[in-house]
Amino acid sequence: MTLTTETYDELRAIGARYPEARSGLLPMLHLVQSVEGRITPEGIEACAEVLGITAADVSGVATFYTMYKRRPVGDYHVGVCTNTLCAVMGGDQIFSRLKEHLDVGNDETTEDGKVTLEHIECNAACDYAPVMTVNWEFMDNMTPDAAVGLVDALRDGAEVHSTRGPRIVTWREAERVLAGFPDDLADEGPAAGPASLVGLGIARDRGWTAPHPDTDAGSGRTADSKQEAVAQADTGRAETETKQEEGSDD
Amino acid sequence: MTDVLTPVLTDNWGDDRSWTLDSYAARGGYEALDKAFAMAPDDVINEVKESGLRGRGGAGFPTGMKWGFIPQDNPKPKYLVVNADESEPGTCKDIPLMMASPHTLVEGVIISSYAIRANKAFIYIRGEVLHVVRRVQRAVQEAYLAGHLGKNIHGSGFDLDVVVHAGAGAYICGEETALLEGLEGRRGQPRLRPPFPAVAGLYASPTVINNVESIASVPSIIAHGHGWFSSMGTEKSKGFGIFSLSGHVQRPGQYEAPLGITLRTLIELAGGVRDGHELKFWTPGGSSTPLLTAEHLDMPLDFEGVGAAGSMLGTRALQIFDDSTCVVRATLRWTEFYKHESCGKCTPCREGTWWLVQTLSALENGQGSEADLDLLLDQCDNILGRSFCALADGAVSPITSSIKYFRDEYVAHLTEGGCPFDPARSTAWAGQEVNA
Repeated sequence: MTLTTETYDELRAIGARYPEARSGLLPMLHLVQSVEGRITPEGIEACAEVLGITAADVSGVATFYTMYKRRPVGDYHVGVCTNTLCAVMGGDQIFSRLKEHLDVGNDETTEDGKVTLEHIECNAACDYAPVMTVNWEFMDNMTPDAAVGLVDALRDGAEVHSTRGPRIVTWREAERVLAGFPDDLADEGPAAGPASLVGLGIARDRGWTAPHPDTDAGSGRTADSKQEAVAQADTGRAETETKQEEGSDD
Repeated sequence: MTDVLTPVLTDNWGDDRSWTLDSYAARGGYEALDKAFAMAPDDVINEVKESGLRGRGGAGFPTGMKWGFIPQDNPKPKYLVVNADESEPGTCKDIPLMMASPHTLVEGVIISSYAIRANKAFIYIRGEVLHVVRRVQRAVQEAYLAGHLGKNIHGSGFDLDVVVHAGAGAYICGEETALLEGLEGRRGQPRLRPPFPAVAGLYASPTVINNVESIASVPSIIAHGHGWFSSMGTEKSKGFGIFSLSGHVQRPGQYEAPLGITLRTLIELAGGVRDGHELKFWTPGGSSTPLLTAEHLDMPLDFEGVGAAGSMLGTRALQIFDDSTCVVRATLRWTEFYKHESCGKCTPCREGTWWLVQTLSALENGQGSEADLDLLLDQCDNILGRSFCALADGAVSPITSSIKYFRDEYVAHLTEGGCPFDPARSTAWAGQEVNA
């Protein structure tokens, strides 16, 4: 497949957002996926041509990041978090049930080309564990049965909504948003899911608030020098590096 | 006396359409901006220094001091980069913040850029959170249309452009110099420091990189003053922070409180550990911070308190595991994660994490001998502190801490010829017999 002039124009437009065009490479590769359904050799050549770098440079980047796929992805990328917390809460059972139900292995696509299954790492929704994603939209508090129902609905072409977002778009449409070309769905879905609001709800019930704006405890400065700051900072590494820096100043 | 919970960043999350400019402005949003513009940039830096705000992305470096390191006599452009690559296992505070109130972040970006004299700012959001990317894209667009971004903002003479940049799946890009590599269109591999980003960061120009929650805290500090902020928290850990409880508690979720709250209080608010179970182990700030146990329930959750217990406050990602959980299985899974996410630049991390997985897998399956525990610790010793970035240091944390507190459980795997735990008992639906 040859990329259209329109795609080339959009690739250039991405580069133009940045002081140096190469900064656009990650979103450019998202655009390639939205057009091609995966990272293709043509897509790599196009990015290289637009940026004036070698195809090897582009390949090196495309193979580093896990969201870029070299094999065709289905209409729906289904992720199951199997990092420790979600795994313990049932993510392992969900993932094995889906592998069996869909008859695919990790990072494989069903024969009808609809669903690509992948176990994913922590997606920053641990208070909704076990968590799944469909085209990188949250599906919170899943169970094996709910997961089977979800993938069946996706394969049947039913309209599926994220628990904290809009109706699920296709993987290619999602990739276009990640390339920095927004769809018009930002206003869909809730502001927050129930778990995000638990602490706030308790505070409201008990009348707990932050101090009155007139409160003044004076200076809270915690460190006066860089040395003191790195000694307090929560990493021995900062301290080591600062000492190296001082050493190199001598 | 400060209240137990102090919603500031989370205060508007329950509002109708809280992510919109209308909703944010109705609560006085973007008013701190005019207050900041009436101050000299150095005074804004000083206000943040005096507040005692320390970085909310894990390391706890004083934010105002970081800003002060930008060499203003350097003729190159200055940049602000927001680290919105939240991926530390257990950490789930920045994502709901950007989903519910992206304008808090955008207002913080404008004030912070003004302070360090940056005319271009980047928000680097991990790619795997589509709706969050949409909400931040929309907030930036709304801010432009309302004149909060662009040229001569609010007639101040200050110009700022903001680019929302989606990552592509790489835990390592949460490390600030790897993030810069990603933002320059390269493989996300950490850089050697010094030079620090403040001197030579993005495009070798002076760059400040701050976590989402740090930047989002800035508007309230400017609006209410440093004394208000520092009235919360403890002696050296000032202000409020979002504490994220997950796992085996009745009500997992986000709890915003002054630094120094204890896990005992948080678990009480969360309705306790699951019925019929007891707390076994927990992480104070994600999987890279050494595990703690029930003996640490009353330790103040501030930088000093957690540090004194041999761990780190990190991102306040409190993952709670009860007595149904096998600590060896948990540790092995985290180790597989670090092995997968090692960028491959440094040999001790690239090869070492692979060897850790081999040794731990055998132990989880009841193979090997007790001497393998010492082998594991020896491997850890050869990884810790021997790589460019903290990923390798984080990789050994769960192993060394779990052996320290649960050596007997490792040995039980060997004497019983396998894992003595039933994974079905630790699931969210255990005991309900509906979906198992």
